[in-house]
Amino acid sequence: MHIETTALSVEISGARLVQDISLHAATGQFVGLVGPNGSGKSTLLRTVYRALRPTSGSVLLDGDDLYGMSARESARRLAALPQEATTEFDFTVAEVVAMGRVPHQRALARATAEDLDTCTTALAQVGAAHLADRGYLTLSGGEKQRVLIARALAQQPRALILDEPTNHLDIAQQLEVLSLVRGSGLTVLTALHDLNLAALHCDLLYVIESGRIVASGPPHDVLTPDLLADVFGVRAHRVRHPETGAVQLLFDRLLPTPS
Amino acid sequence: MPLPLLVPALLAATLVSLVCGAGLGASGLTWSEVLRYLWAGLSGGSISPDEVPAYTIVWELRFPRAVLAAVVGAGLSAIGIAVQAMVRNALADPFVLGISSGAAVGANAVLLFGALGALGVWALSTAAFVSALAAMALVYAVARTPRGLTPLRLVLTGTAMYYGFSAITTFMVFAAERGEAARSAMMWLLGSLGGASWGSVPIAAVAVCGGLAHLAWSARRLNALAMGDETAAALGVDAGRFRKELFVVCAAVTGAVVAVSGAIGFVGLMVPHAVRMLVGADHRRLLAVAPLLGALLLIWVDVLSRTVLAPVELPVGVLTAAVGVPCFVLLMRRNSYSFGGA
Repeated sequence: MHIETTALSVEISGARLVQDISLHAATGQFVGLVGPNGSGKSTLLRTVYRALRPTSGSVLLDGDDLYGMSARESARRLAALPQEATTEFDFTVAEVVAMGRVPHQRALARATAEDLDTCTTALAQVGAAHLADRGYLTLSGGEKQRVLIARALAQQPRALILDEPTNHLDIAQQLEVLSLVRGSGLTVLTALHDLNLAALHCDLLYVIESGRIVASGPPHDVLTPDLLADVFGVRAHRVRHPETGAVQLLFDRLLPTPS
Repeated sequence: MPLPLLVPALLAATLVSLVCGAGLGASGLTWSEVLRYLWAGLSGGSISPDEVPAYTIVWELRFPRAVLAAVVGAGLSAIGIAVQAMVRNALADPFVLGISSGAAVGANAVLLFGALGALGVWALSTAAFVSALAAMALVYAVARTPRGLTPLRLVLTGTAMYYGFSAITTFMVFAAERGEAARSAMMWLLGSLGGASWGSVPIAAVAVCGGLAHLAWSARRLNALAMGDETAAALGVDAGRFRKELFVVCAAVTGAVVAVSGAIGFVGLMVPHAVRMLVGADHRRLLAVAPLLGALLLIWVDVLSRTVLAPVELPVGVLTAAVGVPCFVLLMRRNSYSFGGA
């Protein structure tokens, strides 16, 4: 499924958080959003998984207007891992994954064999079958993220939206999460902090600053020393990854802010 | 614990307890008499004239009281669960929305100053319910934002209103200077089923059954909401709109329950947690078990409240805590219950 936003803007209490953003993620593509904190990445993603209604512009899933669909219908096409995923309540891992079936289930119907199968498969797919009976609140950060990916997969979506999925994870967990997401074969739209991880995994990058797209293209074309200086205010060197050939960045120092 | 065992067991226990509620008391009736009167009441059968006083005690006083206790207990427990998910706070209870203290203002106006005298026996519950709805409208108007109702604003507004309404009530008790009326006002604030009659059952029963039906229908959405608004959105649940819907249901049920029984504390906070310890956090399981456990608890608490120190009647709130706290502590010690991640 391809995802498209056209001239999307979000305004909250007079502040324009997202301005006129048009982006495109083709079917099966892994698309990254990078940019400094507060640049509007999360706000943009929230309009795509319907936590926030855009002020103007539209989101299209395979050409269909997202906000013309029911929330259930769009949740069957598109799953998301929001940044905030805390709960006060002691759900088991199996219960958390089962929530992925909510958009497919009638309110009073029992879980079908297909529902149960889908959840078991999803948990196995992220290597977390052994966690099924554990309390979600007792898991480590990496385990939680795997379980949330399983929940997203249980939704049987055609695209996945992720907001900083590698936050607070150690390096092994970061690589694991991204390879699980990549391995799903779904269209992926994700915000990422770590530019080197973004360069390794993304087919396409959009650089966002102050709510606007300032650059887009394959990581190799986008992550230039000039852009890093302009957008992030840092001096960096580019090197080639000796094995994959992907562009990687070595950061030198902070640049003095122009006064 | 497997639900197919637990639910029928609780249901049977509740039915037996209703009969016990009708049978236990000071008048020294035998169980066969009690059962005969109940059967006569249910089937519309006949009894001899000299049995009328005993029949009245069983069928007109104790049994409706036990039924109302069950309805109130079921309602408070289910609403407690819904409110906790709605404001995403494990410490919330049905009274955190400020609805009950709003109801108290109306109830006390009747008890202390004889307001709505024209309505006779209906004055108290009518005043309580109407002022509960007014409190609900006020809390809603203050807490709402363009993005719908958010958990923190809702709790803060509810709590602030709670204190505001309580101040009005306290002032009214203070200003009234009528000993007996102040006592009934106090009784009402602590909760009591002493005013129960067949007249007070239908409104509360309809509200509670309606509320339970809506919540059962929303159980999966409650799960999604408990994981946070963002997650709910990603699962196809519009949190802002769903929370408005829940607010109206919770406020209406709380209002109807409080109108007939006053503010019975503890049940709406602790039964949800006790049930989570028994069957886990999934709202479909919670909402199957909690109303039955709440009904059971309140039937017995009410029996105790009118028998322990008979003929003096204890406030139900005193006994819900006296019975509930030890049970709760026991459950919590026995289980590795994870409470808000702690």
